[in-house]
Amino acid sequence: MPKQEGQAGANRPRLSLHVPEPQFRPGDTVDFSYLTIPEAGAQPRPDYTSAAFETWPLCTDMIRVLGDDDLAHGPWDPRLSPEKLRELLRQMALVRAFDARMYRAQRQGKTSFYLKCTGEEATSVCATQALDFEDMIFPSYRQQGCLIARDYPVLEMVNQIYSNRADKLKGRQLPILYSAKSVNFFTISGNLATQLPQASGFAMASAIRGDSKIAAAWVGEGSSAEGDFHSALIFAAVYNAPAIFNVVNNQWAISSFSGFAGAERTSFAARAIGYGIAGLRVDGNDALAVYAAERWAADRARSNNGPTLIEFFTYRGEGHSTSDDPAVYRSAQEREEWPLGDPITRLKAHLIAIGEWSEDQHEAMDRALDEEVKEAQREAEKNGILGHGLHHPFHTMFEDVFEELPWNLEEQGRQAIRERQIKWPE
Amino acid sequence: MSTGMSPDDAPVTLAEAPARAMTMIEAINDALDTMLERDSDVVLLGQDIGYFGGVFRCTAGLQAKHGKTRVFDTPISECGIIGAAVGMCAYGLRPVPEIQFADYIYPGLDQLISEAARLRYRSAAEFIAPMTVRTPFGGGIFGGQTHSQSPEALFTHVAGLKTVVPSTPHDAKGLLIAAIEDNDPVIFFEPKRIYNGPFDGYYDRPTRPWKDHPDALVPEGYYSIPLGKARVVREGSALTILAYGTMVHVAEAVCREKGVDAEIIDLRTLVPLDIDAVENSVRKTGKCMVVHEATRTSGFGAELAALVQERCFYHLEAPIERVTGFDTPYPHSLEWAYFPGPIRVGEGIDKLLEA
Repeated sequence: MPKQEGQAGANRPRLSLHVPEPQFRPGDTVDFSYLTIPEAGAQPRPDYTSAAFETWPLCTDMIRVLGDDDLAHGPWDPRLSPEKLRELLRQMALVRAFDARMYRAQRQGKTSFYLKCTGEEATSVCATQALDFEDMIFPSYRQQGCLIARDYPVLEMVNQIYSNRADKLKGRQLPILYSAKSVNFFTISGNLATQLPQASGFAMASAIRGDSKIAAAWVGEGSSAEGDFHSALIFAAVYNAPAIFNVVNNQWAISSFSGFAGAERTSFAARAIGYGIAGLRVDGNDALAVYAAERWAADRARSNNGPTLIEFFTYRGEGHSTSDDPAVYRSAQEREEWPLGDPITRLKAHLIAIGEWSEDQHEAMDRALDEEVKEAQREAEKNGILGHGLHHPFHTMFEDVFEELPWNLEEQGRQAIRERQIKWPE
Repeated sequence: MSTGMSPDDAPVTLAEAPARAMTMIEAINDALDTMLERDSDVVLLGQDIGYFGGVFRCTAGLQAKHGKTRVFDTPISECGIIGAAVGMCAYGLRPVPEIQFADYIYPGLDQLISEAARLRYRSAAEFIAPMTVRTPFGGGIFGGQTHSQSPEALFTHVAGLKTVVPSTPHDAKGLLIAAIEDNDPVIFFEPKRIYNGPFDGYYDRPTRPWKDHPDALVPEGYYSIPLGKARVVREGSALTILAYGTMVHVAEAVCREKGVDAEIIDLRTLVPLDIDAVENSVRKTGKCMVVHEATRTSGFGAELAALVQERCFYHLEAPIERVTGFDTPYPHSLEWAYFPGPIRVGEGIDKLLEA
């Protein structure tokens, strides 16, 4: 109710609520000139053993290595061999080929759901490549690149997406919520940001044991608003836990732009300052910068210098998932105008610029990768697609709730089998 | 008794083991000490549990004995405590987080319900969460509404989580050891009103200490009581009383005072439930009363009443009686008006006996 004259405080200015609104909506002309994109190579690189506060200028700057001239610049250049660069390129391209084919598979009715990471491939592939294989990955749902970077079989991924009889997760999880302990990849939750305090706990356990493994977690900028984010960072800071928190700032959380996670006020990396830990803001579409920043944080964690919060500044090139149509809430022009380009295109251009790659080689690689994914898909379809009967046996539904089957689940299992016999008497 | 064998070959039976009278706090401390000693994967974490030894003293002396990286304080963040424990499980540890009061656990629910309780299922057993969340619960200590709740039904509703409530020092130690050794997540509710004595519901009488109670005798060293096995507190034929935690002692006192030949079953574990013990007793007595301190609507008593009528309907001679706390928050000054004390329990018994 508005204040009435004569009421206490009637002469004070009225309060107003700020509800964030993105710069552009469908139909708007997109102009990203308001974003500050610093020159590649211009950012200082403190030693990884430095005090946390020395990184704080880097929380609002942006670490970039690949310049407009397609060459690597400055102290963050990880100086990777051409072989390694081609491996990063190949894995990012494989992720993109995989995404394209699985997206189509969902549209063809072979599964219920899919979710691409187009434009964000570097943030998972190159970051994972900077870790040791033994380091535990605590992913969110858009980190298929972490599995590809650890050479996890594409066939297993398709089996999971199809929830077929060869799905190692027994058809229990939504497509893309992988679990892959064999490559130190933690089971993905559908509840957001829960993996963050778990990464802190894993890192603490490794430190308790005097081990050398570290934990690396990924989270979207949108779900960094969860209380789990704070819990994770306060635990990591308090115990100086060997953990890395990668915030993939792809600008959009379904239809909510990053402003609803606080981006209008400060960067995501800047939250590190409040916890007194190291923070880095990184061009997430720059494969070399991503690799270099993650390696810096890994070296820091592994040498008992504590956790790091990294913000990968990137752009979600496609919709949130197959259940989403971004055309209704954001301008299609955004992706074209995105000032940091595309991570695959940029690394490819770099390799060509240093004389280690060619357009022909790239085309041949793309064809081979598409064939590789197609072959895995064909193989997976022999094990069934979603809803075509080739799922796991009924009783598996009741297994793994507990280590042992309690009496109530035994009874309910019998009920399920009875229902099945009524539905399909043969 | 001498068996002539080494202790490793033939452990003495529980009844033969050297024992001493303990409070429930000492018994819990002893269980934690035993498991820290036996299993290097066991770590304790929680608010104020380290140097100080916990607000109820359950972890007193354990940090000094086992070291700061086995027993340590945490930030005031239940989400962080349980979330970190899940991550420790992923590493291979067997954490025993303490939540200072069960009333404080809600910020940690997502980590417990969506994560710890679901890891085994969602990863097809690639990852498991063998953690035991210890937490004091229940009223009767003038804790007001944020230090008195009995939220067990929120947890028994969760697929993949076990729920345990001891009622004596002897059981507290054995059940806690079993919970820690269990490969599934367990929530272990400690009825704080009976930490120091077997409170019988007569708040206006002097409280008895544990030392004179037969179940305060706690065997030394390692032993475990299997989860999912109820205890017959007293055999009887007039009616069956299903209870757990503090209410076991209240029910026992009322039956003693009234001279009622009730069979009292201490459930000890709510999930998994010892359904055989429940069925056998109700079939024998034909009458059943369920008792808990928690609020009534959708309480665990409703589940028990449903199970009893599904399985024992034709043996029942009277409607199942539910005696519970009221459907209000736990009031501070009127906590004894809330508490299902001897009058409420007695009326329930009378009703069943008259039926």
